[in-house]
Amino acid sequence: MMAYIIRRVLYAIPILIGVNVLTFMLFFVVNSPDDMARMHLGQKRVNQAVIENWKQERGYNRPLLYNSEAEGVGSITDTVFFQKSVKLFQFDFGSSDSGRDIGYDISQRMWPSLAIAIPVLMVGLLVNISYALLIAFFRATYIDLWSVVLCVVMMSISGLFYIIGGQYLVSKLLHLVPISGYDTGLGAWKFLVLPVIIGVIGSIGAGTRWYRTLFLEEINKDYVRTARAKGLSERVVLFRHVLKNAMIPILTGVVVVLPLLFMGSLITESFFGIPGLGSYTIDAIQRQDFAIVRSMVFLGSVLYILGLLLTDISYTLVDPRVRLS
Amino acid sequence: MNMDNLVILWTDALVYLLLVVAIAFGIYASRKEHLRAPWRYVIRSKVGIGTLVVLLFYVVIGLSDSIHFHPPLDEPDKNGEVIYSSEVISLFDQMVSGLRARQEKTYSAPLATHLYAKENIELPDGTTIRDFPRLKYGGAHLQDPEKDWKGDIMALSALGIFKGLVLTLVLSNILLIFLTIRSGCSFEHTARNVLVGRTEIPWCVALAVLGLMLVVFMWSAELATKYHLLGTDKVGEDVFYQSLKSIRTGLLIGTLTTLVMLPAAVLLGIMAGYFRGWVDDVIQYTYTTLNSIPGVLLIAAAILMLQIYMSQHADEFNSLVERADLRLLFLCIILGVTSWTGLCRLLRGEAMKLREVDYVQAATAFGVGHFQIISRHILPNVLHIVLISVVLDFSRLVLAEAVLSYVNIGVDPTMNSWGNMINSARLEMAREPVVWWSLAAAMIFMFTLVLSANLFSDVVRDAFDPRLRSTN
Amino acid sequence: MDHQFRNMAYMLFGVWAVLLLTACTDGGWNNPYPTAEADRNILYSSFSERPKHLDPVRSYSSDEYAFIAQIYEPPLQYHFLKRPYVLEPLSATAVPKARYLDADGNWLPAGAPEETIAFSDYEIEIKQGMQYQPHPALARDGQGNYLYHDLTGEEIESLNTLSDFSETGSREVIAEDFVNQIKRLAVPHLHSPIAGLMGEYILGLNAFGKTIEDVYTQLKNEAGLEKPYLDLRPHRIEGVEVVDRHSFRIRLKGKYPQFVYWLAMPFFSPMPWEADAFFSQQGMEKRNITLDWYPFGSGPFMLTENNPNLRMVLSRNPNFHGEQYPSEGEESDKALGLLNDAGAELPFIEKAVYSLEKENIPNWNKFLQGYYDTSGISSDSFDQAVKFSDQGELGLTEPMQEKGINLLTAVTTSMNYMGFNMADPVVGGDTERARLLRQAISVALDFEEYISIFNNGEGITAQSPLPPGIFGNRTGEEGMNPYVYEMSNGKLNRKPLAHAKALMAQAGYPNGKDRETGKPLILYYDTTASGPDDKARLNWFSKQFVKLGIQLVIRATDYNRFREKMRKGTSQIFMWGWNADYPDPENFLFLLYGPNGKMEHGGENAANYSSPRFDALFEKMKNMENGPGRQQIIDEMVAILRRDAPWVFGFHPKAFSLFHSWYKNVKPNLMANNTLKYKRLEPELRQRMRTEWNPPVLWPVITLLVVLVVSAIPAVRICRQHERSAVR
Repeated sequence: MMAYIIRRVLYAIPILIGVNVLTFMLFFVVNSPDDMARMHLGQKRVNQAVIENWKQERGYNRPLLYNSEAEGVGSITDTVFFQKSVKLFQFDFGSSDSGRDIGYDISQRMWPSLAIAIPVLMVGLLVNISYALLIAFFRATYIDLWSVVLCVVMMSISGLFYIIGGQYLVSKLLHLVPISGYDTGLGAWKFLVLPVIIGVIGSIGAGTRWYRTLFLEEINKDYVRTARAKGLSERVVLFRHVLKNAMIPILTGVVVVLPLLFMGSLITESFFGIPGLGSYTIDAIQRQDFAIVRSMVFLGSVLYILGLLLTDISYTLVDPRVRLS
Repeated sequence: MNMDNLVILWTDALVYLLLVVAIAFGIYASRKEHLRAPWRYVIRSKVGIGTLVVLLFYVVIGLSDSIHFHPPLDEPDKNGEVIYSSEVISLFDQMVSGLRARQEKTYSAPLATHLYAKENIELPDGTTIRDFPRLKYGGAHLQDPEKDWKGDIMALSALGIFKGLVLTLVLSNILLIFLTIRSGCSFEHTARNVLVGRTEIPWCVALAVLGLMLVVFMWSAELATKYHLLGTDKVGEDVFYQSLKSIRTGLLIGTLTTLVMLPAAVLLGIMAGYFRGWVDDVIQYTYTTLNSIPGVLLIAAAILMLQIYMSQHADEFNSLVERADLRLLFLCIILGVTSWTGLCRLLRGEAMKLREVDYVQAATAFGVGHFQIISRHILPNVLHIVLISVVLDFSRLVLAEAVLSYVNIGVDPTMNSWGNMINSARLEMAREPVVWWSLAAAMIFMFTLVLSANLFSDVVRDAFDPRLRSTN
Repeated sequence: MDHQFRNMAYMLFGVWAVLLLTACTDGGWNNPYPTAEADRNILYSSFSERPKHLDPVRSYSSDEYAFIAQIYEPPLQYHFLKRPYVLEPLSATAVPKARYLDADGNWLPAGAPEETIAFSDYEIEIKQGMQYQPHPALARDGQGNYLYHDLTGEEIESLNTLSDFSETGSREVIAEDFVNQIKRLAVPHLHSPIAGLMGEYILGLNAFGKTIEDVYTQLKNEAGLEKPYLDLRPHRIEGVEVVDRHSFRIRLKGKYPQFVYWLAMPFFSPMPWEADAFFSQQGMEKRNITLDWYPFGSGPFMLTENNPNLRMVLSRNPNFHGEQYPSEGEESDKALGLLNDAGAELPFIEKAVYSLEKENIPNWNKFLQGYYDTSGISSDSFDQAVKFSDQGELGLTEPMQEKGINLLTAVTTSMNYMGFNMADPVVGGDTERARLLRQAISVALDFEEYISIFNNGEGITAQSPLPPGIFGNRTGEEGMNPYVYEMSNGKLNRKPLAHAKALMAQAGYPNGKDRETGKPLILYYDTTASGPDDKARLNWFSKQFVKLGIQLVIRATDYNRFREKMRKGTSQIFMWGWNADYPDPENFLFLLYGPNGKMEHGGENAANYSSPRFDALFEKMKNMENGPGRQQIIDEMVAILRRDAPWVFGFHPKAFSLFHSWYKNVKPNLMANNTLKYKRLEPELRQRMRTEWNPPVLWPVITLLVVLVVSAIPAVRICRQHERSAVR
């Protein structure tokens, strides 16, 4: 097991290097550090000396990928790319182009993101599974039919509509929660209620339909029929057999997204003014702050790989037949 | 219209390429029983045929909006040559030129005769009063809007519905005659069969949906000529027109993205599964790397890059239409890059299985080339997976467009799209009284398309993947 | 299943209990602030973007000034009420008068001819007894040693904000601190945006910058650190010296009367050397604790909470030296109640909370709910808030009036113009043909319509580059641009389109077609397009040019690229704006001064306009005192511009702001940024209104729950039947 994990971690390194090269290329193929400097320095009274200074301060004064002036290894290492990437692998994100420490900001903004993402996931899971079980219980009745139709309809509505509509109705018309904002500590709950409810409602369509398929697949298996033949009540069959066995795909599906919860939700956060990592990313994109975008991409990749690893491990834990090799 | 004022945008060319590919595939599929059977299943399902009709309406509008040209200016120059405007419009714009040209000053509600905001109106006697001014076009034919409006709407609606019904009747009769000739039975017999739903293909459902769509179509056409059916936006542009124009964007995002990514996904996926070894490693590495980058960030970075590129080469993209078009194409490509990996992985697994199947093993033993094995034995056997994923992806992509436009990394802000409409509508929701029609229009048009696509894709999936048929 | 239902019921009940409990204690459910603060004397406002720099040597934008102007005290400030804008002392004791010297260092009399003036001296005396805000950098132990100037790495690691320090200290503001700040302006690695400009005037500033650069590089190599602490005290600027504990002298090269305006900007506020010593400790930057982020001043407020992701809080500085509300103002101020607080001790409010609000809509809605005390008007909420009265005057709509909201408008000291690149062969140059073309376009571009469509009527069309409120601006008929406007019925009206067409014909483009080739004239318009609204705006521009038969090709790009085009001079027509740095005509007319050409000299003259006569007049006008002589020269300069038409004088935007009835002492002041100290609140009224405006509406939620429960009943019944049949 340990050996497997170590191997997987080593396997992640070339992937992360690849991710890094790709993002770097994307940004600098057409953009130059000079452009970035001008963008960040603002518009009034900027001259070349100031730009050079800015670049030097942020380490953009080296050649980008290949340094023809340096000798030997230096031609590779004495470049913007190398210098910036090495630090990333040490999880030292450096400072953003506007001069704040990224690592510090991430550690601060992670919590609001989690404060939304975790409740949405948990409550969503609960609601979806309960609803799907209900449908499975009433399978092949009108409840089943209309529930599936309802699911498809809910899936076909853009998530933006839930957010815009929900905010308009609950905050503006009914005055039930603050329109937007956030607070640290326990005071945050009144800001979180609405985003969480909307997040859950938005996930009902696709989620319930998916779980229903899982349950029905399970219900058609022989052992369920056997159980029923033994005279077990439908409720017992559903809870004790179907749910238990369907938990494997459900759990692994959840595990794979767990690490990505840190990244936050772009739309919800910016709409409700919640200072999480999602809105951090959006701001960085809109301000063209390359340092932040690169760090977030790196972080996202690491978390994704972590998610894959966790999934594999959780497979072995819930199903002893699967062996890692 | 002659040829030299025709403008072929990148996406137009690709749309027609896609059309050609689709037709070619249709002809190919009609000759192969294993491909024909599932389609027959789709056609014979009530949901399948019904949604197909709805989707066809969207496709026709999208296609007619994909022929662009420079309209000629009214007055020729000194030498009598026709001068073309620098503006680029589409065939669809030409057809609904009325909707495009009838621009009001600012917001007006659906079917309104007056603006939505009060203004100072100068009366003939020189005094000014503050009231809702009459619209320049919407309901301009009414003498006394307060009195005539209701009656006029009713009359127009009735006329529109009547026209729609007549059209449906005509089309149904044509269909019935066609069916009669084919089946060889009497007309009444065929008609009775169709109406009670005893035909193999549920024609009655198709006709019902067609009738509904036609009635809605004729009704809106009738009203839209005299009013702003869905109101006007901030600068007075007709929202109905915008929603219709957005159809092309939505369809393009949903289809072109798949078209762009398909060759890579199919080729690489099969290669990885078939060749194994280092080829597999390289391909797996590529898609894991791409997949591990958060999609939104990749799209954002790419769109930023494109913007910078375009402004550095601003001379090459003179018109806003061209810029917007290129951005749309680029968005499709980059969305494709972020979404091909799932299909690739599926195909890899399938190819790996097929590789071990007897007839492939036999072919290998006989020394048949790799290329032949892939194209003869493997590709045809994974086509259904490709098809299912294409159809399933469609609605996801249409919805994604809206979200991306909201974050300003979607289509160009000057392009008509549901995402852009929603984006501006969220500002309107804060107004008092609230301006709801842009949001509602975008939502309805998008919802109809996505719902049809979702239902359709369910049918397609069932058809091609019988294993799921029992459970779903 | 029953079990689950029961659980759910308990959960719902729990949520309800919590909600009801808070409902009893709280005024409104949707109050985004802590309940305990409800009736306190706290001002609530918002900011839309994280201010980039709060270090007064770097900060140069209005959103940053909104904070630091309340914290830092430069020597001078603009009078809150008087118009036209006048300077008054803030941390200085008086507005300094320049004394002139010739090249040999001899004093010259006040009216000396300009050629003889080689230097001007400003001696600034500062108030005694001003104290800095409590700050850890000034905390000392019993022996007078600084407590926190030599922190270890671990100590810094454990810090999160400045308030993590247990001890603070203070000391008196002295002249040396002002000099220290001027030194900081020239320090290269601090990137002051005005270092270049001030280097041209302050004697020895550039040389000082060079020295520091060398010293700093050496220091870096010796210490092996990226950002070591550099003590500026041993180094001197030739032209800046401390006279005594409470006064210092600045020597400028030549004459520069506008210098006093700079003394009213935070660039020249005092900064103790301890600040740099404290913040330069290694590892501080890693914790985001920098001078650029934690201001350190002596003003009425200090920044006590500093979370750019959430909120910024300004609290009253306990060490503030005190200031009184002005007792003089304009005639009308008395009637408006702006002098009610005359002589009262400033500041009035105890705290100002600025919340991050990126989107307009929540901002606006919260204002309407009473959770912000003041708000701008975005174009989307304009109709809702403002209407034109029967006389065409602006007023508030009825719902706003009912809420007791007040409206404030002011024409900003800004200029939005459409520029022609004078280096362009078609629209530019000093030929008669191009001039007529430019004039024709000036007439045809209907900026009145532009303002009404795209600016909600918030603005007035410009007749010259000088906005109202700036010396040299003339109103009425004598201020009219005769090339574009004419008087009819006592009103200023744009000349008819026929006139523009005639000008086009004269220029050799009848109906927009080149007389020789017969081809329509094609012009290129460079712009930055970013939002959905831009499409309509660009269409509008196309339409304006089509009126003259000109085909307009729009080249939209991003702001960076736009500026690059401007720098290279490759554009043809563009639209740009300028905000005044200080209320002097020089600050506008220099935008058209030849040696300021953007293409050749990298200045701010984006049109690359150059006219020898204009340049000569500018040089003369620049250093004159306001008076009839200056007005005469300005009139001549404006006349030259109107004829040459390098710009289509666009419009001066109007600033609109709304504020609630409990918010007092509001008067637009476009120059002063430090107006927070004058503001007064009535928290009880605010509390009452908030409760009244935000009743929670519960019935839809209850209905929804009832519907859910009712719809579950048949399901439960089926379930029961199912169960029974299964058992049987």
